[in-house]
Amino acid sequence: MSYEPSIEDEVRRFLVDNFPLSVDGSAALAGSASLLETGVIDSVGVLELIQFVESRYGIEIPDAEVLPENLDSIDAIARYVSSKRNADGRPDAGS
Amino acid sequence: MPAADTRISLDALRLDPERATNEIVDGLRAVVLGEMRRRGAVVALSGGVDSSVCVSLCARAFGPERVLALLMPEAESASDTLELSHLVAHHFGVESMLEDISALLDAAGCYRRRDEAIRQVLADYGPGWRAKIVLPSLLDGNRLSVYSVVAESPTGERRQARLTADAYRGVVAATSFKQRTRKMLEYYHADRLGYAVAGTPNRLEYDQGFFVKSGDGAADVKPIAHLYKTQVYQLAEYLDVPETVRSRQPTTDTYPLSQSQEEFYFSVPFETMDLCLYAMNSDLPPASVADAVELSIEQVERIFHDIETKRRATAYLQMPPRLLGPVPEIPH
Repeated sequence: MSYEPSIEDEVRRFLVDNFPLSVDGSAALAGSASLLETGVIDSVGVLELIQFVESRYGIEIPDAEVLPENLDSIDAIARYVSSKRNADGRPDAGS
Repeated sequence: MPAADTRISLDALRLDPERATNEIVDGLRAVVLGEMRRRGAVVALSGGVDSSVCVSLCARAFGPERVLALLMPEAESASDTLELSHLVAHHFGVESMLEDISALLDAAGCYRRRDEAIRQVLADYGPGWRAKIVLPSLLDGNRLSVYSVVAESPTGERRQARLTADAYRGVVAATSFKQRTRKMLEYYHADRLGYAVAGTPNRLEYDQGFFVKSGDGAADVKPIAHLYKTQVYQLAEYLDVPETVRSRQPTTDTYPLSQSQEEFYFSVPFETMDLCLYAMNSDLPPASVADAVELSIEQVERIFHDIETKRRATAYLQMPPRLLGPVPEIPH
C-alpha cells in the first residue's frame, strides 16, 4: 500500500528543508503554530511559501488572500489549499 | 481606555538639543581621536537630514577642515541629491568630493542584474522603465506584509506585481551594490586621510535593520544611531541644517522610481514608527500611544508586532563575524 503524504506533511517538509530552524524547530512546527510569530519564516519566507504552494498545488493566490488565516500555520495552509482545490473541483489529496 | 499616566504624546521624544549635541561631540572625540587614533571623519552625504546632521556634528567635533563629505550619486539618484549635498557641505564649511559611482555599478552589473530579477515578474520591464519595491501599509487590514514591484513604462503606464522570493532577493542583492560601492569609497578616502568613517543611521533604521550589511550598515562610529528620527530633526534645527534639507521627505534614493522609506520598509510614517518604537522600548502598552499617533489600538498592536518581526528578521544583519574558538588576546 503506497503512502500518499498529506498537504500538512508536504508543507512541513518544505519548511524543514528550506528554513533553518532552531534546535527545537520541530516543536515550533506544530500544525497550529504561527509561522511568523515563532520565527520559522519572515516576510521573504512568506514569498517562498507562496511560490511553493502555488507551484505544488497548481493554485493562484491573489494578493487579497495573502492573509494570516490562509498562510500563517501549517493547518491554515492545508485548509486554504483544500478549499481552493475543492472550489476548482479537484481532489483534496496532497499529490 | 488607557490609564491616564501611561498615555504619551510626541513630546516624549523632545530632547535638549544643546545637551545632545555636546554629548555626541564629546563622544566622537573620545571614540575617534582617543580610541581609534583617527584624526577626522569621512561622511557620505546624501542630501538627507541624517547625513547632514552627521556632517555638522563631525565638523563640531573635529573641526570642518578634518571632515570630508563624500557625494556619491549614481545614474538613478534623485535630481536634487547633488545640489542639496553641495549646499550642506558648503553651509558647514567642510570639503566635499564628488565620486559618481555609476560606472562602478555598471561594471559590477548592478543595473543589469536588478533588471533581470524584475523581469522574473514583469516580463516587459526594460530600457526606459523605472521601478521601485513597495510594501502594503500596515494600517490596511491584516494582510501579510509581502513585497511588490511597481514599474512605470517609458509612456507612463504603471504596473504592479507581487515579487517571488527569488526575484525579491535578486533585486535587493543587486541594488545593494550601491550601498557597498559607496562604503568601499568611504574607506578608500578614510584610509588615505587617516580618518574614521562615520555612519549615518538613526535609531529607527538601526533598530529595524534598515541598512545593507557591509554597505551603509558598516562604519567606525554611528553618531546618531541612538536618536529617534524625530529627534534627529530637532537636532537638525538646532544645528541649522538648511531648511530645504529638513523639509525634504525621507527617501531611499535607491530605486529609479521615487520611493519613500515608508512604502519600502516602515509601512507607516516615521513619526508614527518613532513613537511606537519609543513606547515599546519603554514597556508601554499600545493603548498608551494610540491617541498620539491617531490610530486604533488594534493598528498600534500591528505596528508593535511588525517592529518585533523586523527585529527578528534582521538580527543577522546586526551580528558581527563569529569566531568558533577563543582568541582572548584580541579584544572584541
